[in-house]
Amino acid sequence: MEKDSITKDKLMGMARALYGQFQEGIVPYLALPSRTKGNIEYSSKEDVWVYGDQETLRSVKTVRGAKSLLKTVHLVELLIKEHLANNRGSTLREIYYISENWDIAKFPEQAESDRLIEDLEIVTGLHREDFHVRPEEDGAAIFGPLRIREQTRRGDREMHCQEDVGEAGYQIPFNVDSVKFLSHDAKMVLAIETGGMYARLVENGFDDEFDAVLIHLKGQPARSTRRIIRRLNMELNLPVVVFTDGDPWSYRIFASVAYGAIKSAHLSEQLATPSAKFLGVQPADIVKYDLSTDKLTDKDIHALRSELTDPRFDTEYWRGQIQLQLDMKRKAEQQAFAGKGLDYVTKTYLPERLSELGII
Amino acid sequence: MEIAEELARQQKAISVAEFFEKNRQILGFDSAPRALITCVKEAVDNSLDACEDAGILPDILVQIKRAGEGYQVVVEDNGPGIVPDEMPRVFAKLLYGSRFHALKQSRGQQGIGISAAVLYSQLTSGKPTKVISKITPGRKAHFCDLMINTSQNDPEILAEGDIDWERPRGTRVELEMEGSYIRGRRQSTYGYLKNVSIVNPHARITLVEPDGNTETFERATEAMPKQAYAIPPHPAGIELGELMKLLRYTGKKKLGRFLKETFSSIGAITAQELCSLAELDPERTPQSLGHDESKRLLAAFKQAKVKSPPVDCLSPIGEALVKAGLEKEYSLDFIATITRQVSVFSGNPFLVEIGLGYGGELGKEGRIEILRFANRVPLVYQQGACAVTHAVEGMSWKNYSLAQPTGNGVPVGPVVLLVHVASTNIPFTSESKDAIADMPEILEEIDLGLKDVARKLRRYLSRQSVLSERREKEEIIMKILPRIAKKLSDILEEPEPDISSVVAKVMGNILIKRSFKQENGLTWVTLHVENNSEVIRSFKIHDVLTCEASSVAPVAKAVPIGNGYDYHWKLSLGPGERTNLSYRVRSEGVTFSEPVIEGLGNEVVTGARVI
Repeated sequence: MEKDSITKDKLMGMARALYGQFQEGIVPYLALPSRTKGNIEYSSKEDVWVYGDQETLRSVKTVRGAKSLLKTVHLVELLIKEHLANNRGSTLREIYYISENWDIAKFPEQAESDRLIEDLEIVTGLHREDFHVRPEEDGAAIFGPLRIREQTRRGDREMHCQEDVGEAGYQIPFNVDSVKFLSHDAKMVLAIETGGMYARLVENGFDDEFDAVLIHLKGQPARSTRRIIRRLNMELNLPVVVFTDGDPWSYRIFASVAYGAIKSAHLSEQLATPSAKFLGVQPADIVKYDLSTDKLTDKDIHALRSELTDPRFDTEYWRGQIQLQLDMKRKAEQQAFAGKGLDYVTKTYLPERLSELGII
Repeated sequence: MEIAEELARQQKAISVAEFFEKNRQILGFDSAPRALITCVKEAVDNSLDACEDAGILPDILVQIKRAGEGYQVVVEDNGPGIVPDEMPRVFAKLLYGSRFHALKQSRGQQGIGISAAVLYSQLTSGKPTKVISKITPGRKAHFCDLMINTSQNDPEILAEGDIDWERPRGTRVELEMEGSYIRGRRQSTYGYLKNVSIVNPHARITLVEPDGNTETFERATEAMPKQAYAIPPHPAGIELGELMKLLRYTGKKKLGRFLKETFSSIGAITAQELCSLAELDPERTPQSLGHDESKRLLAAFKQAKVKSPPVDCLSPIGEALVKAGLEKEYSLDFIATITRQVSVFSGNPFLVEIGLGYGGELGKEGRIEILRFANRVPLVYQQGACAVTHAVEGMSWKNYSLAQPTGNGVPVGPVVLLVHVASTNIPFTSESKDAIADMPEILEEIDLGLKDVARKLRRYLSRQSVLSERREKEEIIMKILPRIAKKLSDILEEPEPDISSVVAKVMGNILIKRSFKQENGLTWVTLHVENNSEVIRSFKIHDVLTCEASSVAPVAKAVPIGNGYDYHWKLSLGPGERTNLSYRVRSEGVTFSEPVIEGLGNEVVTGARVI
C-alpha cells in the first residue's frame, strides 16, 4: 500500500539519521517537544492547542536516554519488519508484551510503550494507525439521524444510526477514516460523558425531538471519538455541545474535545473541535437548578487549581466558573437532574441551555 | 545530758567502703547486667595498665561462668604480677593505688575500681574473691582469698598460700556475684571487650562466654603504645588551696626554686617573672607566704604566659592504629582518622583522636554508631550526657554528606564514629565514669577533629559519585550503544556503524582513530586525535611501523627498533581540541598495529593501547 511505504520511508529515515550520527561521531539523540502543560500553545491558524517549541533532547549521554533510544530502535524495527512488511498490526498492550523479549530494552509498564508510540507519531508526523498500532479502548457509540457507510474487512456496510441499530447505538471503529457520512437530518451533535445520561436521552427520544446526534464519550474520549466529532463538525457543519458532570475532571474531557489533549497535542489539528461548546453541568447550574451535590475532595480542589494555570482554561468564562466552584466547594453529576423527575433534563434543562448557547 | 551532747555521741566516721556499700550506683553497679560488665571492665583495665607499665603485650582471658544463681567472672593476664604483700590491699582496700598522685594518662586513677568489684562480689554472693599472682617463672604463684572489712576499709585474708600455676607470670582474679549476662548488643560484655580491643590494638583478648562459646579479639599490632610519663602539676590548673598546701609542705627553701621544681613548664625566667608579678621576693621561704600573698601568686599564674604542659604525659593511639582497630572489628569501605595536637583544659593536657568508618556492612537507615573512649577505656553508658555526643550533635553534618533529619542531633547513615579523649585527668560527669563533662576546650577539640574526618568523608563520597557516574557511563558503552548500533544496521541492512567516536565523547575520553588513503602505490595514513574531556590532556602517541615513513606531519621523533621504527609525537590538547598526525608509507608489505598512548590512564583512552 502506498501509505505503508510512506510510513516505512519515514521510519527508515529516522533510523538513518541515528546511524549517521554514529558515523559522524555525534552523540546520537532524538529531539522531541516537551509534553507538558507549560509547552502547549494556541495555534490561531487552526484554533487548537498544539505543542510549543520547547524541546527535550533524548541522548545516549545518560543511561535513561540511551535505554530509551534502544527501545525506540527496537520499536522501529518491529514496526518496519513485522507490521508494515507483513501487513499485520498489534494493540498498544500487545506491543508492551512483545517487548518482553527485548531484554534490557523491555518496557517496565505499558504507559512507557504508549508514550514511545506517541513520540514516534510526533517525530514522523504520522498517526499510530499508520504504524498499524490499535488502541484497546472502545470507540464511542452514536445514536441519531445519520446514515453512514463503513468499510470493513468483510465488505462495505451501510446503516442508519437510528433505524439500523439497537438501543446502544452504532459503535464507531478505531479507524474513523473508514466511515463515510452519507446523509443526515441533524441540527447538532450532543456529546455526553456518562452512559447513564446517554441512555436517558435515547429513552426520552431526545435525538428525535431535537434532531440531535448523540455521542457517548465513555469518560475521557478515545482518539477515534474525538476524530469523529471533529469530522461531524467540519464535514456536516454541525454545532457540537458537550454535556458532562460538573467536576474538574469533566472539564478536562470537554477541553480535550474542544482544544486537544496535552498528551496528544501533536494531533490536535486532526482531533480537536475548536467550536465545541460546553453545555454543562456548569458550577452556575448547580446553584441555579439547586442540584444535589457532593463535597469537593482535596484532589478535586487540586485539579481545579491546576486548571487555573492551564492555558486551555485561561478564559474569562472558565476562570469565573472554576472560581465559583472553588468557593462553593461542591460538585454535581449530570444524573443529579433525575432528582427533579426523569424528564426534567430533556424537557427543561437541555432546552434552556441549548437556547442560551444559541443552538435552538 | 544536753541534746547536742546526745547527738554528738551518735556522730561517727563512715568508712569509704561502707559508703560505697550503700551507694553502689555511684561506681557503676546499679543494675544486674551493668554490674557484670563493670566487674569485667575494672579487672581488664587493671590488667592492661599493668601489662603496659611492664612493657608486655597484653594477653587477657575473660571467662564468665554460671555459679549457682549468679555468675563467676575470671580475668587472667600475662602481666608482671603483684608481690604477695601488696595483693590484699590492691584488691581489698578502696582508694589504694599507685596512680592517684601521678599526672599521666592511665586507665584507672583513684584505686577504687577493682576493690569496688570485690566489694560488690562479697555483698551479693557472700563469697571471697580469689586472687592468684605470679611474678617470675622461677617462683611459685601466690594465692589469696580476700574480703573487705567494710567498717575499717581493710582487707581480710581468709586463706593464702603458694600454689602451682601454669602461667610464667601474671595475675588471675575470680569473683562471684549476682548479675545477668547479656549478649548481642553494645552494652554487653562482648560489646565492651570488642570496643576495648579497637582502642587497644596491641592487646589480645579472649572471651569465654557462659555457654562455652569463645571469642578472640586478635591484636592488630605488635608495637606497645608509647609510654606516658608522669609530669609535675601545671600552674594553669592549680587552685588556691592546693597552692597553699604545696607551699606549706615543700622541702624547698626558696620561693623561686619552689616554683621551678614543683610545676611543669616553669623555668628560671618564668619563676622570676611570676615573683615580680606577685611582688614577692624569690628568696623568701615558701612556708612564710600568707593567704594574701598566695592569692597574689595564683593571680600571677593566670597573668604570666606559661607555656603548655609537656605532651609526653599522654599516649595517643595514633592514626594508623585507630584505623587498624576499626578495620579489624568492622567491615568498612572507607576510614578517616585524625590525632589532634595536645591541648589544655584547666592545666590538664589532653588530646582528641577520631576515627570515622563508612559503608561496608553498616546499616544505612539508623543513626550513626558512636564509640566513646576515655584514656583507652570504652564508655558504654550515658551516651546522651557525654561531651562527645554533644559535639557530634552540635555539628552540621549535612555539609558533609550525611543526613541529619532534624537539623541537629546524631546524624543518620552507615557510619561508625570513634572518639578517644586522652588526658592526665579526664573530667567525668560522675564517679561511675560514664560520660565526659562538657569542658569548652574539649568540645572544641572534638569539633575540630570531627570536621577533619567529615571533610575526608565528603571527599571520599564525591569521588565515589564520580566513579559511579563513570560506571553508569560504562553501562551505556558496554551494553546499550553496541545494541543500538546493531539494531540500526539490522533495520537499514547496512554494516554496523563505527561507534568509537561516540564512545569517546560519552566517556569524555581521548579518541585515536586511524584512516587510510591510497595514492600511486603509497598509503597516506592519518591518526585523528581528539580530546573529549573537560581538561587539558598531555600525552605521547607512538606508532610502530615496519618500515620508514615519509612526509611525517607534524614532525615526529623516530626511534629505530628491531625491524622497524617507533614514531612518537608529544601532544597537549585542550578540552574539545583535535589534531591530525599524518605520514606516508609504501602500500606493499606494511602492517599496522594499534597506536600506543603514553602518559594517560587506560580509562580515559579510546582507540589506542595504553602504556
